[in-house]
Amino acid sequence: MPENNTVAVTSLEKKFGNFTAVNRINFEVSGGEIFGFLGPNGAGKSTTIRMLCGIISPTSGSGKVGGFDIIKEQGKIKQNIGYMSQRFSLYDDLTVEENIDFYSGIYRVPKDEKQARKEKIIGLAGLEAFRHRLTSTLSGGWKQRLALGCAIIHKPKIIFLDEPTSGVDPITRNNFWAIIKDMARNGITVFVTTHYMDEAENCGRMALIYKGSIIAMGTPEEMKTKIMKNTVLDIRVAKGEDWLDKIETLKGVEEAALFGVSIHAVVKDERAAIDAIKDIFKRSGLKDYKVTKIKATLEDVFVSLIEDYDKEHDESKKS
Amino acid sequence: MFERIFSILKKEFLQIFRDPRMRSIIFLSPLIQVMIFGYAATMDIDHVPTAVYDLDNTKQSRDLLREFSYSKYFEFKYYLSSLEELRDVIDRSKVFGVIKFDRGFARDVIGNKSAELQLILDGTDSNAASIILGYAGQIVGNYNYRALKERARALVGNEISSIPMVDLRDRRWFNENLESKNYYLPGVISLIVTLMSLLLTSMAIVREKEIGTMEQLVVSPITPFELILGKLTPFAIIALMQVTLITIVGVLWFHIPIRGSLVLLFFSTLVYLLTSLGIGLFISTISATQQEAMMSVFLYNFPSILLSGFAYPIADMPKVIQYVTLFNPLRYYLVIVRSIFLKGIGIYYLWQPILILFVMGLTIITLSSLRFRKSLG
Ligand SMILES: Nc1ncnc2c1ncn2[C@@H]1O[C@H](COP(=O)(O)OP(=O)(O)OP(=O)(O)O)[C@@H](O)[C@H]1O
Ligand SMILES: [Mg+2]
Repeated sequence: MPENNTVAVTSLEKKFGNFTAVNRINFEVSGGEIFGFLGPNGAGKSTTIRMLCGIISPTSGSGKVGGFDIIKEQGKIKQNIGYMSQRFSLYDDLTVEENIDFYSGIYRVPKDEKQARKEKIIGLAGLEAFRHRLTSTLSGGWKQRLALGCAIIHKPKIIFLDEPTSGVDPITRNNFWAIIKDMARNGITVFVTTHYMDEAENCGRMALIYKGSIIAMGTPEEMKTKIMKNTVLDIRVAKGEDWLDKIETLKGVEEAALFGVSIHAVVKDERAAIDAIKDIFKRSGLKDYKVTKIKATLEDVFVSLIEDYDKEHDESKKS
Repeated sequence: MFERIFSILKKEFLQIFRDPRMRSIIFLSPLIQVMIFGYAATMDIDHVPTAVYDLDNTKQSRDLLREFSYSKYFEFKYYLSSLEELRDVIDRSKVFGVIKFDRGFARDVIGNKSAELQLILDGTDSNAASIILGYAGQIVGNYNYRALKERARALVGNEISSIPMVDLRDRRWFNENLESKNYYLPGVISLIVTLMSLLLTSMAIVREKEIGTMEQLVVSPITPFELILGKLTPFAIIALMQVTLITIVGVLWFHIPIRGSLVLLFFSTLVYLLTSLGIGLFISTISATQQEAMMSVFLYNFPSILLSGFAYPIADMPKVIQYVTLFNPLRYYLVIVRSIFLKGIGIYYLWQPILILFVMGLTIITLSSLRFRKSLG
């Protein structure tokens, strides 16, 4: 079956009372892809994942996971997916091995494979030294690795990871992404949410969800070039913090923020903005400055997309 | 299917027995309750604190009083001299009963009238009161018998071996000495089984909701049926262990008779568990936190004990309440357990309450399971 590790949703919607948590979203994920689902807190990421995994039912719309309908064929979906929830959800009062054994029993991993898979997961997560430790005594990063291990014990074709790297140090995060990429290389489809924008670079494709709506979708490259309509300027100047307010209030500057030793300004019209910035420096007699156009980071892209969205919707509300 | 249930079962046992608090709740609390009922419940029936109000103060009245004080049941604490005092000792619960002779008691005994003696009892504990009344009746009966014999001898002039008269010996069956521990200890079994199965089941399920593992299980291929079975079986096994423990302590330590069949005891316990585990499951569907679950358990448990006949006989309750008790599973289980211990009767006599429990249990567990399945989705 060509579609046994794909995900596709059409017009998927979830309402909690009057509040729309997910607003008629559409997307497709192909097999073996790492699909990033990005968005700030409360955007609707977890709600979407919970609908795809059959934990909650959509208010309207439809979707398929691994070729099975998310409303009518939840039972068939379950054997084929892995799910790591945003909250740590293993048994604290069981040891590392006992947790693995438990899930391997629940998923009915064949008897003769049990031991080998357990060892593989312990190795993958680097938990060799902790196998008999109570899970409650593990630190955050180790717990997350164990949770990931338990979520893939049954070799799912599609795996849903809801903020797997929240509260995890940068080294463990890298290690996590190495595991995720490895899984994708082996043909597993990975659907991962995060609000660490820098992590999004690891995704093959991504969607940006905000206030329940998908406001952009594409590869990291597309996001930074085609989708990003604004330009990012890098402004090097002494005492940048003193200039920040002035630059931010300039006409044509969408947003400005300190970035290490320089100021990053997101602007609509590149030429006009550069002139305006140079102008204020000149007027105060400053000579030692440098304004260059730089490639936008994903974070820049998301911030400006979200600001654009907010502006548009504020205006449409007013009129 | 079996493998999944077994996984949950194993996990549940690991968790329960790893937790020292859990271990003591499961094994220590039944022992403590057995001790309390075993020791405390024996004291109230003999050496009942009693006051005497003897307005007659004659040889005859003192003779009869001596009969009372010689029996181990009554212990004279006060000798009263006015009605106010009488009211006072009863109101303040200084005594459980007062024996009162009116003036003219001796005159009536000697003359051929029937003489009167009053026994005033504190009816707050109606069970105990009726038992004490029984003792008093026996003592007075013996006194009458002897008095009659003496009178006959006086008439005939020599000793007669017997007088043809109906000798009503108030022989109590099943619990001959009316030892209340025999009555209460088997009851403790039913209380422990109820409380533990309600509490452990509902808390174990709600805890998974609280920590988020329930969501992980919902995403797995496990069916609600397997989940329920895996979750409830461990607590059924624990309940049976507790029944065994209480029975052993009751029989070996407190010498409670066990006249009926142990197999029947375990079998009926299993049937009863259908109801209490089912209610525990139901409570888990209406509670979001373990604290809420615990509150609901106590909210159910308390009236269920009150309306079971454990402490107050159902026959003494108002008619309406008596009908309400018909819906209380504990009522039937209590009858079964007490009957097995004290009467030693078998399934031939007990099939009716067992069948009622079975029907109730099946209904409750089916409805709770349906609700549970809905609450997962
Ligand atoms: N069961 C629920 N009942 C009511 N509102 C809910 C429920 N679950 C989620 N919401 C609301 O829906 C919105 C989206 O929630 P969701 O958990 O999907 O966000 P998220 O993108 O995962 O955010 P985060 O990064 O904080 O995890 C939030 O405003 C949340 O308060
Ligand atoms: Mg979330």
